[in-house]
Amino acid sequence: MDTCIEKIKETAGRLLEEEKVEAFIGFAEGTIPMAVNPVSIKTKEDVSKLVFNSFCGLNLANYLPKLKGRIGIVAKGCDSRNIVTHIIENQIARENLVIIGVPCSGMVDKRKITSCFDGEITSFFEEGDSITVTSSEKSETFKKEEFLKANCRLCMHRNPVVYDELACDLIEEQACDNPFEDVEKIEALDREEKHALFQDLTKNCIRCYACRNACPLCYCPTCFVDESSPQWVGKGQDKTDIDTFHFLRAFHCAGRCTDCGACVEACPMNIDVRMFTRKLIKDSYEMFGWEAGLDLQTRPPLDTYKPEDPDDFIK
Amino acid sequence: MGGLLEHIGIEKDRVNFSWISSAEATKFVDVVKEITEKVKALGPNTKLKKQYN
Repeated sequence: MDTCIEKIKETAGRLLEEEKVEAFIGFAEGTIPMAVNPVSIKTKEDVSKLVFNSFCGLNLANYLPKLKGRIGIVAKGCDSRNIVTHIIENQIARENLVIIGVPCSGMVDKRKITSCFDGEITSFFEEGDSITVTSSEKSETFKKEEFLKANCRLCMHRNPVVYDELACDLIEEQACDNPFEDVEKIEALDREEKHALFQDLTKNCIRCYACRNACPLCYCPTCFVDESSPQWVGKGQDKTDIDTFHFLRAFHCAGRCTDCGACVEACPMNIDVRMFTRKLIKDSYEMFGWEAGLDLQTRPPLDTYKPEDPDDFIK
Repeated sequence: MGGLLEHIGIEKDRVNFSWISSAEATKFVDVVKEITEKVKALGPNTKLKKQYN
């Protein structure tokens, strides 16, 4: 990953200089160590702002539907799947995009790293598959693969599915015997235990909607939670309203979620929002053999009809 | 839909779907009877229910 940033910078500079794109979306250094900001650059001089490291867990595809003109973008495996989803949902045209694919060896869960330190983290240094983090008290080196985000550990599409240029060579995909072990564990619980689990999951939610805002799938001009006539869901901190929000938001992602983990990355209260969407990913895979964002030609199962679609829910 | 409902601990039999033509009065009656029985057997819903004081 250390080498691919040079290639990203070089390509971004070239695209902007040759006026092949009007803006280039990538990651820039954040204001604190281990944080990155999404950035849109418009001049060749700003290319030096770009970074790419193991903390780029947000999904840049999120910013595409709001932009006009030709855009260059950095895309990890999951970002590229969301770009495909945008294209098939007519949010952006393929010909207006120049995609720089970054084969991704997984992003690091910075909360897991922060929890190893008492003092404030002052800097980090990444080399190969190890990360050295320094705080006001100590300096420690971690193996990256032991601190991967939960979704990256289960990722089976690390290489971008669409791209115009690659920032480094394609990498080997992970093999995963049972990608849905986490969902099956919950399915094995009885109903009251499941209910208690999800009640507990959302108990700290402050309804900041960071999960929604970080999600590339949530691009409705007015979100159902912001509507006031009709008001679909209460706007306060009532637990029922909180649960309704999470439950309905998950449904809007059915058959579209790529498990990029941007929702979890953005949550300030450390809620594992993926616990809702994971079930829908499993269901779409089992019922329709569908994984979102892999193919520009096939329509998603929820907007097509096939005679063999499962229909045992209807009487 | 039933899948995620059941996953978060809400009985999926509370939500039912059917396709009934306006000419199928008997099917409508049968489906409504069946749903009523199923929901009665489950008892009152206590989850995702807002309390107004």
